[in-house]
Amino acid sequence: MGLEEKLPNGILLTSVEKLVNWTRKSSLWPATFGLACCAIEMMTTGGPRYDLARFGMEVFRASPRQADLMIVAGRVTNKMAPVLRQIYDQMPEPRWVLAMGVCASTGGMFNNYAVVQGVDHVVPVDMYLPGCPPRPEMLIDAILKIHAKIMDEPLGAARAAALLESGASTDLMPSSERFAKKK
Amino acid sequence: MGMFDPIKGFGVTFSTMFKKVVTEEYPEVKKVTAPRFHGRHQLNRHPDGLEKCVGCELCAWACPADAIFVEGGDNTDDARYSPGERFGADYQINYLRCIGCGLCIEACPTRSLTMTNEYELADDDRQKLIFTKEDLLAPLLPGMEQPPHPMRLGDNEQDYYVNGPALARDLLAGSSQGQSNAESAVKGAGK
Repeated sequence: MGLEEKLPNGILLTSVEKLVNWTRKSSLWPATFGLACCAIEMMTTGGPRYDLARFGMEVFRASPRQADLMIVAGRVTNKMAPVLRQIYDQMPEPRWVLAMGVCASTGGMFNNYAVVQGVDHVVPVDMYLPGCPPRPEMLIDAILKIHAKIMDEPLGAARAAALLESGASTDLMPSSERFAKKK
Repeated sequence: MGMFDPIKGFGVTFSTMFKKVVTEEYPEVKKVTAPRFHGRHQLNRHPDGLEKCVGCELCAWACPADAIFVEGGDNTDDARYSPGERFGADYQINYLRCIGCGLCIEACPTRSLTMTNEYELADDDRQKLIFTKEDLLAPLLPGMEQPPHPMRLGDNEQDYYVNGPALARDLLAGSSQGQSNAESAVKGAGK
C-alpha cells in the first residue's frame, strides 16, 4: 500500500492491520488445482455436506487472477511443476499455498523420478496437510489454521520487522479445540 | 411444461426449509470418526508402563512410503524400557510421508503400534510433522510408571506376553490373593 510503511507504529495502524487481515481471511478464494485423488476430497469439502461457504470460500476460481489460496491437491509431476509455478505467479498478492495430502507435501509413497518430492521445491508452502487423502475435516482444519496465520500477518515493513524481532509465531491449535462450543 | 412449473420449483426450495440440515458443524462440533479410522499412530505400553515396542523394525520394513524410522537399543538391568532384550531407542514417523495404510499395524508383532482417531495434524513446519517417540508414546495411565524401571509384572518377558492382563489385575489389586491368581494363570498357560 505504501503509506503505512512511512508512518510509525501506532494503535491506528494495528487496528487497520487487524481489519485488513480479517477481510482477507473472511473471503479467501481458492484456485482450482486438483491433480489427483485429493481433489475429490477437496470437491467434497466445497459441497453441501462440509460447506466451505461457511468460511467465505465456496467459489473455486478457474482463473488464478481471482484467487488468494492455492490448494495443491495431489501429486505434482516434474512435467506439471512449471505449470504450478506459472499459476502461482499469476495469482495476485497476498497469496497462500496449502499442500494438501502427503504427495503434495513430500511426494508421499511416490518416491520416484517422475514426481516432485514436495511442492515446496517449486512454491513457498504455508500449510502442510498430511493424510492420503486427508478427510474433509482435515482440510477444513488446515484452512482454519491458515486463517489464524493470516490474522497474525504484519502490514507493512515496519510491522514485519517488529514481528520478526519479537519472534512470535502463530499458535496452531486444533480447530475443534479453538472453535469448541463454550459450555 | 405446465404454467405453474416455475412455482413448483420454488415449492421444492421452500420444502427443504423443513428438512434436517446435512451440513456437518465441524469446527464447533468435532467429528467422531469410525472406530477403526486410520489416524495418528500410538506406541502402546504394558500395564506397568514399560514400552511394548521391541525395536524389531518390522513396521519400517512394511511401510510402503518409507515413513517410519526405528533404531533398536539393548535393555540393561540399570535402564530397562521394555520387557526382554531390546527396545525401540529411536522411533520416528514422518507424517508428511505416511499414507495411513495400516501395514505397520499389521506387521507389529507385539501390538505395540496402533492407530488413534486423531486427525487434526496440519502444520506449517515440516520438522514438527516428524513425530518422535515422545509424541507417539501412549500417556501413562493410573498404575503405570515412567520407564526405565525393572519388570514389575514378572521375572521375564514370557510373563508379560503370556498372561500380562491377569498379572496387571493382580498388580492393581496388590494382594496375596492376586499372587495366587497369577500363579494359577501361569499354570494354565503351561498346560
